[in-house]
This record gives sequence, structure tokens and C-alpha cells, in this order.
Amino acid sequence: MYRIPEQNLDRLFSLTAEKSKLYIPADTAAGTAQFMPWKEGLKLTDAHNTVRSAKDFFFPQTENLVGFRVEGKSIEVIDVREETEDFVVFGVRACDVRSFSILDKVFLADPVDTYYKNRREHGTILSLACNMPEETCFCGTFGIDCAAPGGDVQMWQTDGWFYLEPLTEKGNAYIDTVSSLLEECGGEAAAECRRAIDAVKKKLPLAGLTTEGFGGDKMAELFDSEKWGELAEACLGCGTCTFVCPTCQCYDIRDFNTGHGISRFRCWDSCMYSDFTKMSAGQPRLTQLERFRQRFMHKLVYFPANNDGEFGCVGCGRCLSKCPISMNIVKVMKNLTEGDQ
Amino acid sequence: MQEIMKKRASELLLDGTVSRVIGWKAGDFVYDITPAVFESAEEIEKDFVYTAFCGANLSKYLVKESKKPGKTLVFLKPCDSYSFAQLVKEHRVNRDSVYAVAVECRGKADVDKIRDCGVKGICGISEENGTLTVDTVYGDKTLPLSEVMLEKCASCKTRKHAVYDELLGEEGEEVADCDRFGKVRELESMTPEERYEFWRGELSRCIRCNACRNVCPACTCEKCVFDNDNSGIAQKAAADSFEENMFHIIRAFHVAGRCTDCGECTRVCPQKIPLHLLNRKFIKDINELYGDYQAGADPDTRPPLTDFRTTDAEPSIVYRRGEK
Ligand code: SF4
Ligand code: SF4
Ligand code: SF4
Ligand code: SF4
Repeated sequence: MYRIPEQNLDRLFSLTAEKSKLYIPADTAAGTAQFMPWKEGLKLTDAHNTVRSAKDFFFPQTENLVGFRVEGKSIEVIDVREETEDFVVFGVRACDVRSFSILDKVFLADPVDTYYKNRREHGTILSLACNMPEETCFCGTFGIDCAAPGGDVQMWQTDGWFYLEPLTEKGNAYIDTVSSLLEECGGEAAAECRRAIDAVKKKLPLAGLTTEGFGGDKMAELFDSEKWGELAEACLGCGTCTFVCPTCQCYDIRDFNTGHGISRFRCWDSCMYSDFTKMSAGQPRLTQLERFRQRFMHKLVYFPANNDGEFGCVGCGRCLSKCPISMNIVKVMKNLTEGDQ
Repeated sequence: MQEIMKKRASELLLDGTVSRVIGWKAGDFVYDITPAVFESAEEIEKDFVYTAFCGANLSKYLVKESKKPGKTLVFLKPCDSYSFAQLVKEHRVNRDSVYAVAVECRGKADVDKIRDCGVKGICGISEENGTLTVDTVYGDKTLPLSEVMLEKCASCKTRKHAVYDELLGEEGEEVADCDRFGKVRELESMTPEERYEFWRGELSRCIRCNACRNVCPACTCEKCVFDNDNSGIAQKAAADSFEENMFHIIRAFHVAGRCTDCGECTRVCPQKIPLHLLNRKFIKDINELYGDYQAGADPDTRPPLTDFRTTDAEPSIVYRRGEK
């Protein structure tokens, strides 16, 4: 275990940024928190979590995949891939850390997504324990411990200090690059901080929510539930929930006519959209009810069915706080199991 | 107020006047209210709420619900009633199949503003005489409602309804000291470069979730051009960093003269982009060029942008580039 006083945080940022690109969660002009490249003077946010999740680092909202230059009758294929530079992300919460392993299951499974893998290999994740979880947090439901957030280095902020514990090789390498600013220490303070967080966790309003009633084996009964109609009724089909969600992984691939060629790009997609997975025969999910059901069935049933029981939600609470009509995965879970739980 | 509304809704459902009620349904944390359709007195009794967090405008749901058999009761706050009237005017909602109940409103709260005051872990909130008591995982806090109101309520133009079949509570007044164009004037006085920077900064946060468009009562196209593959301009995401700016500017043009300034776009934006400023700029220009006009205020007047007269002002002559 290592530690650094809070007032030296700027020096830590500056030393880190000398070696590689550094991102920290900071406040935008509107007061919303967002991961931003660190530059002199940028301050760590007080907000609990960022509006956009940290998945952008590995799975950006849009990216160019390949280009085609057309000249006369010849088409030249342009490989736009380049090796990503090393980067460090500071202050990732436990839920988002877990989301990376969920995305890995999709993008690193055969056939490997080389664009994703490239970024994944170059990123070092410094996680930060949650001293004050929000009422919308329910990571515990999925077995995530916000007091021990994981990643390459896990950190605790307590009594004027940041405590750092490297967990991986990348984490050790990071500690080496900034060791001139760190002092070695015992694990008592971090353990004390963990105990304090454990006590808070018990008081969270969603502490009692369990995944009972969900999972890969509940396909038929949940799919056919009569409650979807009522749950989906007010949904605007906007896709906010999918875009702020750290584990939503769907994308579309489109061609952009640049005038003298084609830029083929991919961008996030959302099962809430009317043209999601639209094929020549049309969109298989005819109304918002089916689209809405897809989102929650994917997280709570299909994903675990295909991934040894692992759920596709990390309980970050973003869809709870950002849905314009306040419909979300917790309401869906409670409602579908009403009477059983 | 909530109890009066529940009682009235149940009565009208039971005596068959209406077949369904569009209202607000309780959530898990008081502030997370969901618009809902209630079909029985039992459902009303169980989940119907009307609190300081019922900011959501229910009128757009009528596009779908008013096509169902029987009458649909809808509760309308003053600002919602303008959206409703505008939808009727545009023939998107059938007036005869709606039973509009006007409810009084003294402004609705914005949970994000409560959070901005440093309040974390909100478990419950109660309101009494304009004071909110917030019960959190980390202790209690009190805040005046007036300081944490939604942007649309803080700059409310009128507490008087445009239209209704029945009024519950007291009818409000126009808000005399409402300065909803203050920020627009500020933007107008900037240089074009400053204004460009302002909007680039704000719109750069956009994630193109489309919440603003999908909540907007003026956006009721069956298929938005931006969703339509055949339109040639379908955009699932911005292909370059300027595209989301175009999306918002085009959308603002498309609702100009029809936007009632209900404020829903700004309320729902997860990135806190002040979209209402684009719409208010159009409203202000329309007022100045063609005389005061409020969309949704009445069923008959022709909207200035679809009513051509030879005496109409020529905007490019009235406003010279960059100056007034
Ligand atoms: S479904 Fe909601 S709570 Fe779960 S990970 Fe996604 S945004 Fe977070
Ligand atoms: S199907 Fe829907 S819920 Fe599942 S990852 Fe895709 S967008 Fe997210
Ligand atoms: S659940 Fe909410 S955020 Fe998701 S598409 Fe529906 S209205 Fe939008
Ligand atoms: S709601 Fe906000 S983030 Fe979403 S598309 Fe509209 S402006 Fe962009």
C-alpha cells in the first residue's frame, strides 16, 4: 500500500501526465462530471460519478473503421487503425471497472475486436472507492464492492490522503512511474475506510435488491410477463438509458460519403430505437414494448444465459437518474418480481 | 391537491365519463415520477401522485392515448395546457376524446439542482409551504423550493391555463416579472465569435440520445427525418463534431412558431444543455418581427410563420448581420 496527501494530487497528476495521457473526472461548464484529459489547473470533481460512463475509453461513441478512396474505377482501401498511445484513467468507480470485464466478454471473444483490444491494452485504470454512494447505486446487487473497486490500482480517499494499492502488473508499473511522490504505508487506514463504506452500504435504499428471479433460466416466464406493457407505456424510446449505460455494447456500422470516397464508421446503437437491427424484412421489434423489453431482458436474462450467469448490469444507477420519465432497471426488476421478492 | 385530484379521477372513472387517466405515478425516491395511464380507481388509489416533482408534461401522450376508444382524462399544469392546445391546433390530438383537467402549479423542483446543492443519497423528500425537507442516507436537509426549481418554472411566463374542461384548485396569474428572454439578450449582445463558442461549448456535450426530441410535444412526426434511412440524412450519431449542432439548429427551426416554451427539452437533457435558449431566440424574434405570439394560446389565430402577408417584415432587412 502507498499513500499521497490530498494536497499533492496536482503533482501526482502532473507527473502521470508527463509519462502518458491522463484522464480525470472533472466538472463541465454546466456542472456535470465528465472524464477529461488532465491539464494544469483541472480539478477532480466532487460529483459521485460521471454522466457518461467510462466505456468511452475503450468503446467510443463513434470511430472510423476503414476508409475507401475512389478514383476512376479504382478503389483504394485505407486502414485508419493506429496504435493507441498509453493512457491512464484516474478515479473510475467500481461499477464502471466491472463494466470493462462485461465489455471484454463481448469484444475480446472470438473474433476479437482489434480496435477495442488496442485501446484496452493501452489503458491503465486507477479506481476510487465510493465514500458516499448515491441512493441510485445498487452495484452490491451484482456482487460489486464499491469499497474495493478493483482495476489496475485501487484507491481510497480518507483523512486527507489518497491510498493506492496496485493489483496488476500494469498497476505496479504505474506505481513505479510515480513512486517519487508516494510513501509506503500499512493497510489500516484503507481498511478503516472500507469498514466505514460497508456501514453506509447497508443504509442505501436499494441495499435489499437481489437478482433472484432473473438469470438465463428465466427466459420464457419473464419474456411472456404481462407487465411489460405497463412498464414500457411511458417510454419515449429516446435511448438515453443505453447511451449513459456502461455496459450497453450495441453498435451500428455505417458509410459516410465524403464526396471522394467512403468513410466507414461505427457508432453506438440502442435497442430502444425504431431502426435497431432493421434488416430488409424490417425491424423485428415492432413497438416500443418489444424494444423496451429487449433492453432489460438482455441485461437480466440473455447476457447471463450466454456468460455463465454474469448479469449485464453493474448497478451504476445512471439509467435511474437520467431517464426522462424515470423508468429504469430497478423499477423493472421490482415490478417483474412483485409478490415473489 | 393530490387528494382532490385522486378523488376526482376516481369519480370520473367510476361514472364512466372517462375510460383512462393520464397522470403521474410514484417512484422509489419521491422525485423519480413516471407518467402513467391509470384505468381503475384502484390503480389511482395505489400509485397516483401530484407533488413538487411532477414536472413531466403529459400532453404528448395524448397523441397515442386519445386515439383509443372512450375519453381520456389528462391532468395539465398551466404550461402543459399550452402544449395540449397546440397539439389540438395541429390536429395531432382529437379534442373531443380528451377530458382536460387543469391543476394549479406553483413551480416544480429539479432534483439535479438539489444535488447541485451538495445533497447526496436522497431517500425521501417532503414539501410544506414552499420548503423541501430532504431525507438522505447522510442526514436531513431543508431547502426552499424556489431555489431548486426547474429552469422552466424559474422563468414561468404564466400560471394561467390556456384551455381546460375542469379546473381543480385555484387558477393562477400571468407572471409579471418573468424575464425569460434575459439570457437570450445576453447572447445577442455577444460577438458572433463569442456566440459561436458558447454554442459549440454547450452542444459539444450532446450525446445524441434524442431525449430532447422525443419528449418534445412539438416533435410528433411519425418518423423523424434523422431516423429515416431513406431520407439520406439519418444520423444515429454525429459523424463529425459539427453534426450535433446542425441537428439542434434544424430542430429549433422545425418547431419555431409551434414551440410553446414548455421547457421539457432542457428538463430532460442528461447533459444539461440549455436547449430552451435556441427556442426562446426564435420566439423572441417572432414576437419582434410579427407581433407578440404565443403558440398554443388559442385555437384560431394563424401562426405567424405560416401566415404570409405582403406587409410582413423582411427579417434580413430588420436585423443586419451581427447587430440589431
Ligand atoms: S442498466 Fe442502468 S444501472 Fe445497470 S449498468 Fe446500465 S445504466 Fe447502470
Ligand atoms: S441490446 Fe440494448 S440493452 Fe443490450 S447492449 Fe444493446 S443497446 Fe444495450
Ligand atoms: S427507458 Fe427512459 S431513457 Fe430509456 S429509452 Fe425509455 S424513456 Fe428513454
Ligand atoms: S437530450 Fe441533450 S444530450 Fe440528448 S440529444 Fe438532446 S441535447 Fe443531446
